Amino acid sequence: MPKLIRNGRVVDDNAEILVLDETQAPEALNLPEGPVFVPLAVWQAHKGVLSGRPSLGVWLDSHEGVEDLAGDLDSLQAIALNFPKFTDGRAYSGAALLRSRYGFKGEIRAIGDVLRDQFFFMQRCGFDAIQPKAGKYSDAQLEEALASLQDFSTPYQAAIDQPEPLFRRAARAA
Amino acid sequence: MYRYDSYDQKIVDERVAQFRDQTRRYLAGELTDDEFRPLRLQNGLYIQRHAPMLRVAVPYGLLASRQIRTLANIARTHDKGYAHVTTRQNFQFNWPELKVVPEILAELAQVEMHAIQTSGACIRNITSDPFAGVAGDEYIDPRPWCEVLRQWSTFHPEFAFLPRKFKIAVNGAHQDRAVIQCHDIGLELKRDAAGEIGFRVLVGGGLGRTPIIGEEISDFVPWQHIITYCEAILRVYNRYGRRDNLYKARIKILVKALGIAEFKRQVEEEWTFGKNGPNTLTEAEVARVAAHFTTPAYTQLPGDDAGYAAQRAANPAFAAWAKRNVLAHKVPGYAVVVLSLKDPKRAPGDITDAQLDLVADLADAYSFGEIRATHEQNLVLADVQQSDLFAVWEKARAAGLATPTFGLLNDMICCPGGDFCALANAKSIPIANAIQERFDDLDYLYDIGDLELNISGCMNSCGHHHVGHIGILGVDKNGSEWYQVSLGGSQGNSTSIGKVIGRSFAAAEMPDVISKVIDVYRAQRQEGERFIETVRRIGLDPFKIGVYGDAAIIERKQNA
Ligand code: HEM
Ligand code: SF4
Repeated sequence: MPKLIRNGRVVDDNAEILVLDETQAPEALNLPEGPVFVPLAVWQAHKGVLSGRPSLGVWLDSHEGVEDLAGDLDSLQAIALNFPKFTDGRAYSGAALLRSRYGFKGEIRAIGDVLRDQFFFMQRCGFDAIQPKAGKYSDAQLEEALASLQDFSTPYQAAIDQPEPLFRRAARAA
Repeated sequence: MYRYDSYDQKIVDERVAQFRDQTRRYLAGELTDDEFRPLRLQNGLYIQRHAPMLRVAVPYGLLASRQIRTLANIARTHDKGYAHVTTRQNFQFNWPELKVVPEILAELAQVEMHAIQTSGACIRNITSDPFAGVAGDEYIDPRPWCEVLRQWSTFHPEFAFLPRKFKIAVNGAHQDRAVIQCHDIGLELKRDAAGEIGFRVLVGGGLGRTPIIGEEISDFVPWQHIITYCEAILRVYNRYGRRDNLYKARIKILVKALGIAEFKRQVEEEWTFGKNGPNTLTEAEVARVAAHFTTPAYTQLPGDDAGYAAQRAANPAFAAWAKRNVLAHKVPGYAVVVLSLKDPKRAPGDITDAQLDLVADLADAYSFGEIRATHEQNLVLADVQQSDLFAVWEKARAAGLATPTFGLLNDMICCPGGDFCALANAKSIPIANAIQERFDDLDYLYDIGDLELNISGCMNSCGHHHVGHIGILGVDKNGSEWYQVSLGGSQGNSTSIGKVIGRSFAAAEMPDVISKVIDVYRAQRQEGERFIETVRRIGLDPFKIGVYGDAAIIERKQNA
């Protein structure tokens, strides 16, 4: 079974991330059984049908704004944000916005070019599920990579995981 | 100056451990080149012509003598005995081996230093006025604000992978000495009518391929809100800045594309959510940080030192140095000393390990143990008693650190260029040295007066040629090295982008070209007029005629 990191632990996960190729129109719906993340376009085309379905998530590519899901958050258990390349940092803002501005309480999953050296930043921005590409890390490497979540113990600035900046959290000596 | 507490130290120590592990994984083949590149860049490590180049952060240019000694030691043991001061007040090593970089970082961490975010598409080292705290025209000390912003920007999780690098500069004096108009965010400290501190905020400045002067996005952001305001700017940029084309990815392109009014609207809408949030600064935090930047224990002196005047009268070489490299200090009997790194025998901005050790000794003996690095690639001892100046000069001169040319043609800004940099079109250091050699007559240099000459080896503009009174840019023509000359650029309060005068030149022609430009200035200047003022008054044509001859101009007019 594929694995991912959820809330700081390696767990099994069998959700499928549905990617449409150019020949598939979002309107032509043919969803796999079981947990699935659909692209934004599919969600928008079939909101009515999909809303009640268990284990349904939507995934956004890095150029798609989380605003587009703002009205739908109650019907979604999970949102995945794609990193087409790990150097494309838009999803950090997306996750932070979902948590802070829109109060999303479900899972926010990092997908795509997800590497251990960015886990720390992802976690700080509100990702609670982190899914490197299949085959990127062996099971053992993924366990090892958990260490990267702890790269820094006391960051300076406020973020989602730590909503107060250090200067409000700690009495620092002058 | 700012001293680390246990929190600061821990972050830097954890960075060393993190980078040590990343380097290990890279060398073991677990990280690909593409995966490692941004990681090492965010730690100041470029791979260059000869070896990795390590850029060490010097937050707002401030250094303690023990830090300078550590840099000396690194230059000695891990490099070829020298280091380089950059235009953003950092230090750079040209020859370290990748596998020893974690050791170097560990050594730096012991003296509260690091290389965090000195490169890469993240918020870079924050720069400021090298004369902060001692300049007579300062109204608010920028250093505490720089430090507050340094902490906020260090490992900011949302802004670690921006479309492109992001540079912030802060100034708090009448004269802008931090080049705030050429930064992604330029902050000018000011007070409102009620006397409250705040910031005028400029956005979208930058040099590079497309030089753009920053525009005002807010004329006053109260100090409490400066972090949330910057966060709003960064968030809009991170989400909407272009990522499809490296050359169009800086915030300046986004600001131009949207227009400043629309950009401001988006930022201020974003800001309504962050404003008054947890990142709002508190008086207690500002006071805590500001307490690190106390006034040194100055001796009460009656005023100008009589002995200093006598020494100048008796020793013309000392007088020349004092005239150029010694600046007024706001405290009676004290002076600011510029230690020049423009010895014509060395690359501009380079300093040897022995010179670094000497600078540390001078700082300890004469300037409260502090040193500043400047944008113009010199070092500064900011708090020297006038009665000590002669001793400082003698020691500095013996070490080649007293070239008396501060602010003159020979005090050029110069990037590493083709000798070191893999991106270069042309070498820049030999051009600088050739010009310095041409203008080796001090009286002549003094007669020419204040002049900023900036040299970049390619369009990336690391040497800020766009804003030099005279700018020199290395260009590639069919695989050989040529140089384009521009005039009329300027940094500071009246920042302007220079204009190219015409076809480019071979390296060997450059000293002559500069001589001709200077001849035109000397022939045309009015009483007391500085070079840049003459260029602004008479325009480029007289210079074109001086350099290319009448024919070139006539031909151009006919073709037009
Ligand atoms: C030798 C290795 C170096 C490389 C590969 C390098 C590369 C670059 C590149 C690619 C840019 C353009 C970035 C852009 O437009 O977005 C740039 C800008 C810049 N570099 Fe360097 N650089 C190097 C060394 C230096 C040094 C030694 C200095 C200081 C003396 C320096 C100072 C700057 C500054 C101030 C800018 C900003 C100009 C602006 O605002 O656009 N660089 N560099
Ligand atoms: S201006 Fe060009 S040649 Fe000079 S250091 Fe920058 S990238 Fe290299």
